[in-house]
Amino acid sequence: MDIKKKYIDIFESCAEQFRKFDTDFVFAKRNEAFETFKINGLPTAKTENYRNLNVNDIFSTEFGSIMQAKTNIDLNEYFKCEVENMDADVILLSNGKYYDNNKAVDGKIIICSMKEAQQKHREIFEKYYNRSASTFGDGFVNLSTMLADDGLFVYVPKNTHAEKTLQIINLTHGFGNKNIIKRNLIVLDENSSLSVVVCDHTLNSSSNFVIDTTESFVGNGSKLTHYTLQNEPDKSSLVSSHLAEIGENANVESFVLTLHGGIVRNNLRVRLNGEHSDANLLGLYLIDRQQYVDNYTLIEHLVPNCNSNELYKGILDEQARGSFMGKIIVHEGAQKTAAYQTNRNLCLTGDARMTTKPQLEIYADDVQCSHGATVGQLDEEALFYLRQRGISTKEAKLMLMFAFANDILMNMHIEPLKERISNMINSRLRGELSECSNCLLNCEGGNCKA
Amino acid sequence: MLTIKNLHAEINGKEILKGINLEIKAGEVHAIMGPNGSGKSTLSAVLTGNENYKVTEGEVIFKGRNLLEMSVEQRAKEGIFLSFQYPVEIPGVSMINFMKTAINEQRKYRGLPELTASEFLKYTREMKEFVELKDDLANRQVNVGFSGGEKKRNEIFQMAMLRPCLSILDETDSGLDIDALRIVANGVNKLKTPETSCIVITHYQRLLDFIVPDVVHILYNGRIVKTAGKELALELEEKGYGWIKEQMGE
Repeated sequence: MDIKKKYIDIFESCAEQFRKFDTDFVFAKRNEAFETFKINGLPTAKTENYRNLNVNDIFSTEFGSIMQAKTNIDLNEYFKCEVENMDADVILLSNGKYYDNNKAVDGKIIICSMKEAQQKHREIFEKYYNRSASTFGDGFVNLSTMLADDGLFVYVPKNTHAEKTLQIINLTHGFGNKNIIKRNLIVLDENSSLSVVVCDHTLNSSSNFVIDTTESFVGNGSKLTHYTLQNEPDKSSLVSSHLAEIGENANVESFVLTLHGGIVRNNLRVRLNGEHSDANLLGLYLIDRQQYVDNYTLIEHLVPNCNSNELYKGILDEQARGSFMGKIIVHEGAQKTAAYQTNRNLCLTGDARMTTKPQLEIYADDVQCSHGATVGQLDEEALFYLRQRGISTKEAKLMLMFAFANDILMNMHIEPLKERISNMINSRLRGELSECSNCLLNCEGGNCKA
Repeated sequence: MLTIKNLHAEINGKEILKGINLEIKAGEVHAIMGPNGSGKSTLSAVLTGNENYKVTEGEVIFKGRNLLEMSVEQRAKEGIFLSFQYPVEIPGVSMINFMKTAINEQRKYRGLPELTASEFLKYTREMKEFVELKDDLANRQVNVGFSGGEKKRNEIFQMAMLRPCLSILDETDSGLDIDALRIVANGVNKLKTPETSCIVITHYQRLLDFIVPDVVHILYNGRIVKTAGKELALELEEKGYGWIKEQMGE
């Protein structure tokens, strides 16, 4: 069936249910998105920003309802994350639904489900929700406005610094092929700070499709660190979008790590709206088999005196395919902008394929900008040098791959996380990190109970 | 220790070594001299197992075993060490991690227990002193940002760490000033034992003032054309390679 028609039908059949729990505000946003969807639908092969991703591949599977049931399993009992022992407040989302685990989180910070936020924190919610997403023009983001079932809401008040990292674990589990659509909203009021680590984990062996859209607003003088760790099975598809709006004297550090995944599309848009702000944007994808990872990034310098530094790297093994499309726009009047973008890739086999397209659009004359992209192989001379000292070919290759990835770690600024992520990368490169190694469920052949 | 018989090797279909014969006994230092393009570096590449070179004929016996059947890393574990003419910069790999991995892989191969972190650090400190390596090369990434002299000294440091039985010094003197040359040569001399051998590949007599060879060979056009004692190096320094070419009737 036609995909567009299918989602139109889904919306029409779910509208009544949405009406029940939505505020008028949210319901109106859904309908606006629905009108847009009726015109634009989802991206196709002709959509420039999606030209390397065959959207139809995602829909070769039939999915269950977009409305997810509440889980009756105690997920805290079952789930244990790789980045365990991290001094973090842990929030679980079960198939996109906020899972209240009754754990106390720093009192000043508001953390709740989107459903709750639209009612209880209406003023903040309505000030920010969909403000950024509605201007992005992406079919999947629009679809999330139209159909999101739930998601996470985080608000850090003025002059508040979250002491602990907030770890958000997105669990996909249960029987059947899930189509999970969720929306998150992170708001940092003035002079506040927060670090967030989002871990995507799938515990079933179904073919799931997750559409995850996060809007974040970083107020004047605030700092947001947002790390996403993706570890999904081969049959899964994920479209993850992060849209960040940055104020004055603010700072954002984003890191997207893809360790596994069937089809993964990451959208990242950062808009620097206030002067003297910095954006540090990192990405690393380590993929093999027939996995496909697609990173699209858009950095917009709207005002003068901001810096953005973007570094995305990838290692592609076997028949993996990847795409990087990165655009920096320096708008008119955004003088004294410094914007750097780099994308480097290693293809370990002749079958691995990487497409990279760095783009710069500059409408100001007093700026420092650069971009560069490479696709290459492991350095044969370095490999020989290591082997000549008695290091096996396998170990030597691992050392070089790890060194390649290490560049990203050097640019990360949260020390305790850095070490854990370094270990994860190491075990991923060694092939020791499987989809299920991080959960305590008794999996047999990947068939999890949850 | 090492016997090379009628060794022929080529790269990209071009024959470089055209029948090398060489016998090196334990405890000996052999110098191999010769003009550019005579095959000196090819010989070191073939001995260490560089896969860009193809051996078309001949054999190499190392400690009684067929060397040519061994992989690069196995040769290294058997005790062959190459001090590279151009040590490679490897960004992102620390010297410590590199050496620790190398030593422990070699120890495993020899049935020895791996060194613990503290044993390794202690050993590193001792070896740094041993080769008069004062700067903190060990905390840096492999050869990254090293000067030419530092790179060569780092090679000798690695040699001290790994204690090979056959060291091949490929133009270790190139790019070194006289003081650095002395330090490097001192290191090599201190590492010399009756059980270890050394092949010194060089253009110049200068290095041989410090590392005194037992035998000097002249490699020309893929063959060893002259073999004599250390006085041959002096004669060559005086008369130049033209003298060899004349003798070869060219």
